[in-house]
Amino acid sequence: MGPGFSFPRPRRRRRRGSYCLGMIEAHGLTKVYGDTKAVDGLDFQVKPGRVTGFLGPNGAGKSTTMRMILGLDLPTSGAVTVNGQGYRGKVWPLREVGALLDARAVHPGRSAYNHLHSLAAANGIARARVDEVLDEVGLTSVAGKRVGGFSLGMSQRLGIAGALLGDPEILMFDEPVNGLDPDGILWIRTLMRSLAEDGRTVLVSSHLMSEMALTADHLLIIGRGRLLADTSLADLIGRHSAERVDVRAADAPRLAGDLRAQGAGVSVEPDGTLQVTGMGAVRIGEVAAARGHVLHQLRDVTASLEEAYFRLTDDSVTYRAPAPGTTEFAGPSPVTAASAPSAGPRAASRISEARA
Amino acid sequence: MTAAGLRLRATAGSEWIKFRSVRSVPAALLATAVVVVVGGLLVTAGFRSGWSTMTASERATFDPTFQSLHGVELAQLFVGALGVLTVTGEYTSGLIRTTFAATPQRAQVLAVKGLILGGVVWVLCTVASFAAFFAGQVVLTAPARHASLGDPGVLRAVFGGGVYLLLIGLFGCGVGALLRRTAAALAALFGIVLVLPIAVALVPGVLGARLNEYLPSTAGMEFWTVVRTGGDALGAWPGLAVFALYVVATGVAALLLLRRRDV
Repeated sequence: MGPGFSFPRPRRRRRRGSYCLGMIEAHGLTKVYGDTKAVDGLDFQVKPGRVTGFLGPNGAGKSTTMRMILGLDLPTSGAVTVNGQGYRGKVWPLREVGALLDARAVHPGRSAYNHLHSLAAANGIARARVDEVLDEVGLTSVAGKRVGGFSLGMSQRLGIAGALLGDPEILMFDEPVNGLDPDGILWIRTLMRSLAEDGRTVLVSSHLMSEMALTADHLLIIGRGRLLADTSLADLIGRHSAERVDVRAADAPRLAGDLRAQGAGVSVEPDGTLQVTGMGAVRIGEVAAARGHVLHQLRDVTASLEEAYFRLTDDSVTYRAPAPGTTEFAGPSPVTAASAPSAGPRAASRISEARA
Repeated sequence: MTAAGLRLRATAGSEWIKFRSVRSVPAALLATAVVVVVGGLLVTAGFRSGWSTMTASERATFDPTFQSLHGVELAQLFVGALGVLTVTGEYTSGLIRTTFAATPQRAQVLAVKGLILGGVVWVLCTVASFAAFFAGQVVLTAPARHASLGDPGVLRAVFGGGVYLLLIGLFGCGVGALLRRTAAALAALFGIVLVLPIAVALVPGVLGARLNEYLPSTAGMEFWTVVRTGGDALGAWPGLAVFALYVVATGVAALLLLRRRDV
């Protein structure tokens, strides 16, 4: 199955009763383990026809939330419904929701075909459908092989075949691209996009903003179990990209002093570039002209999505290595705050500069 | 068919596919049948060759039925392990999440798992018990005493071999569902079935003997015993009832916990 395939199915957004088919809704969803709040009062809706990225650092509560959606973990308080009903009350759930939680959660001694056949039988799904989904994910040739010998990529495809089995309106994938080769990543991305274009609801979790930027239309960002943002991708970039201006000048130290005197925040990069915040390019140019500076470069820098994400989740990362040494900054600014904690965001901001 | 009936049939179909699609299951079942028959043969052959050296009282209390079914004691290791693994195997691999996502009716899943395992074990082990009984009686040639199916209590005891192993299998399922980890469940099951009687035997006097009667395996074994030696035994049907009570209690506890626990 190459990256170019698609699902030739009719758009399937329908209304049934008072709720929209294909909705996942959480109200005050909370899960407490001992004295840790893994999920803390989540309210959100996941809607059909788009890929919703469920984004947060490791340990933020993404998997716990997904398990509660599937009725595997019971919420400490609050509730989550799928198509307006709690999951545990469903009789044929695979026809409504398909989920891939853990690709390795199979009996290693069972064949791919028998694994899927047992799932199909459990939900009254025709046996012919097993062959169909095996074909859709490209596992037909290994259908009779024991899944213990499958590579991670093959297991992931098998898990996705299981999710597609009941032709459900709603699909959930927990970190589906983890450990996949570029080919497999591209395949899953294309699959999720085509499922959403089909009118289905797609919820996909990830801890990688860069991955979500390529797949998701909408983002639910959580950190330490709390909802930090419920936003479209475009809005997130718009709201959280603190602008900064990079300036290169013949006498950088003197310009830095002059700009600071005018109230700007300035940090000096090792290569002599000045990163200026709190002052627009026009005003910087005016100040430079008034003080007789020779400018080599004056450039607006837009923060990357990665930076926006780090800024949002900065306080909510549960596990983190100590920060490496950082460049000295003249004053607190959104950009410096985002760049400070680790090498990651700094590298990301470099990339965004290169693109700018 | 009603909705509940369709749901039950789907669960049964799914669990049956799972049961028969893993190689270790037929392997364990075959081993069980072989052990029941061969174990019985070895024990009866031993008694036959040692008959001349046995005392009069030993000969008087000799139970040809029980001895020909002795393989059951060994086979319970396989059946118990199979019962445990049927449940814990899904927990250790994480497959249980997929199973419960497909069938949120958890109690039904566990009950059906037990019924399928129990049904297969019962049929197979009943056949194996009869085979072991007949083979054993052939070995026990005169002057050694042998039994026939028409003798009092013998038919019940031979059926008892299959019933005992059925209950051991279900006990394994229940303990597995309670503890959810393979090593812990195997240790607990065999601790209760094999080690506990030995430990209780160390308790001195009447108390030890009385306690021992009410242990699951001791009580269960009554059901495939024909000749009783001591006065401190429950008897066939009370013994079966006590053993079944343990199994049912474990099963009920597992079913109740299953509804509330996270997986």
